[in-house]
Amino acid sequence: MPEARVIRLHPDGPEEPVEPPAAEPGWEDQVAGGLEFLRRRLTGEYETDEFGFDPDLADHLLMPVLRPLFQKWFRVETQGLANIPDVGGALVVANHSGTIPLDALMTTVALHDDHPASRRFRLLGADLVFQFPFIGAMARKLGSTLACNEDAERLLTEGELVGVFPEGFKGIGKSFSERYTLQRFGRGGFVTAALRTGAPIVPCAIVGAEEIYPMIGNAKTAARILGLPYLPITPTFPLLGPLGLVPLPSKWFIAFGTPIETAHYGPGAADDPMLVFNLTDQVRETIQQSLYQLLLQRRSVFS
Amino acid sequence: MPPAVVLVTGVSRWLGGALAAELAADPSIERVLGVDTVPPGPEALRRLGRTEFVRADIRNPLIGKVIAAAGVDTVVHMNISSTPGGSGGRTSMKELNVIGTMQLLAACQRAPSVARLVLKSTSAVYGASPRDPAVFTEQMQARRVPGGGFAKDSLDIEGYVRSFARRRPEVGVAVLRFTNFIGPRIDSLLTGFLRMPVVPTALGFDARVQLLHEDDAVAVLVKAATGDFAGTVNVGAEGTVLLSQAIRRLGRVPLPLPEQAMAPLGRLTRQARITDYSPEQLRFLNFGRVVDTRVLREEFGYTPRYTTAQALSDYGTTVVPVVDRGVVGSVVDSAEATVGRLAAAWGSLAATTRRPSAAPDLRAVRDA
Repeated sequence: MPEARVIRLHPDGPEEPVEPPAAEPGWEDQVAGGLEFLRRRLTGEYETDEFGFDPDLADHLLMPVLRPLFQKWFRVETQGLANIPDVGGALVVANHSGTIPLDALMTTVALHDDHPASRRFRLLGADLVFQFPFIGAMARKLGSTLACNEDAERLLTEGELVGVFPEGFKGIGKSFSERYTLQRFGRGGFVTAALRTGAPIVPCAIVGAEEIYPMIGNAKTAARILGLPYLPITPTFPLLGPLGLVPLPSKWFIAFGTPIETAHYGPGAADDPMLVFNLTDQVRETIQQSLYQLLLQRRSVFS
Repeated sequence: MPPAVVLVTGVSRWLGGALAAELAADPSIERVLGVDTVPPGPEALRRLGRTEFVRADIRNPLIGKVIAAAGVDTVVHMNISSTPGGSGGRTSMKELNVIGTMQLLAACQRAPSVARLVLKSTSAVYGASPRDPAVFTEQMQARRVPGGGFAKDSLDIEGYVRSFARRRPEVGVAVLRFTNFIGPRIDSLLTGFLRMPVVPTALGFDARVQLLHEDDAVAVLVKAATGDFAGTVNVGAEGTVLLSQAIRRLGRVPLPLPEQAMAPLGRLTRQARITDYSPEQLRFLNFGRVVDTRVLREEFGYTPRYTTAQALSDYGTTVVPVVDRGVVGSVVDSAEATVGRLAAAWGSLAATTRRPSAAPDLRAVRDA
């Protein structure tokens, strides 16, 4: 009896059957996932941490909302992700702009989606953020906490990736004519937090956020009445009403620079104001330089 | 060295009674004296065992005679009221808390036998505001000093206890800053609040809540009364939950109301004797508060047996859920089954409408 022999139906085909590329989850899987999410939300069966961070909500609701903005609207390009360690604490210091802190949210998506270790970005926000209903609660659920040394040091000690925008409202609420010029860097509190915990400081430059809401005026009186640090007037807001809230689709770049190590100074160095000032200036200069470099690379605002 | 004679104030409340019962069960302690203005209930009385009950008001100098006559060496001060409803209004609550503590401390200072003082304080002394760091250590102070109510009283009481410690440096003083109590038997702010089927919350706010199980609370008090820890320590369980999460886990229905509506509602529920929450407790319910428990674990030497989530679920065994977990589960399950059937139907429909594309070299052979 002749030996059984495999006769290939496609003789010129590949030797091994190629696995079909991992299919996008079908709509029924997505619906089932959504129902599971709903079940967890209704019964409270999810974990939150002492800062109020709710990873379940962040991953399944907030990230999917922000992702199209990141991928399609702003077409964010990330550079230098290798400068972010895979594990352990680090302090990312970035420029702040754009009237509404979308730059913080986009950096969160960048580090979660594009970094190989899917790092969680724990932002430090001004106390004003946490005073407002909804905004404050949502900010905490997304992983941010109050910008104070106690919280920053606690997060860094726990090995978290902490993000800070030392310009604060001065940076985010500056007028369009001052775009890409860094404002004063607070009082250097972020440097003392890094020195006390020995965490590296990663300078980060964000280009593109300045153009999403070009702020051409500031309604100071109305802002004072509402208790806000500024109330932006842009070419479209408040002229077009809610339509003016749609950000302009500028092309974004987020570049992470070479980390500045702080561990060799020792924790006592945080009490040396001259060192703190020098490091603050060094970080500020680095960010300003990489902003100029990115702006030179950029062909136009929208492409 | 175990204490010989322990005096517990506020013994008619659940926690004071539980502590006195634990101490009375310890044969190495000679006498346990329980002080309160009202006698304990019949059930508590059974539990108290050999505890001697002294009906006295700590606002009255008589308490000094009790301490001197019995030769009390350890005083556990727990007679601090957190709600005005339970003590006949805010004025009398403040009098009981502040004047009562002053009288008690004055009596302790006079009595040479007193060698140890344990104060049941609260983490409410840290306040609750959006300007606070997420986690409080013992060294931190409130960024926004609590303006009134229980938290202010507790701050004043801690101040008097500190000055007592300065005047009697040989007395070991332990200040225990407890987080919110929860458990099947204890009656606390949160147990009353979460027992309501519909729980009002402030719209757009979600507090981080750290709890402590009643058994852990009693164990910490016993250890503080019989041990030699001196200083201030935060007492709370490991982990936190969000208020919304706690409400959902217990199967309650959250009712988010505008922040401005919460205070009038609080007055209304206080008058109706449903639950009692003051403006400063409202701030806690908006922003929450978490304390660092490193000192408790490493220096005081106690690790709570229940985490916050476990304490909450133990309390949950005593409340009947409004939103039943099983019902939610079966609704979601049936929805998933419907989706599965729809998907299968859709798939088969797509398969029949789509012509199968034959491989180029093979021809389909139809039998017969």
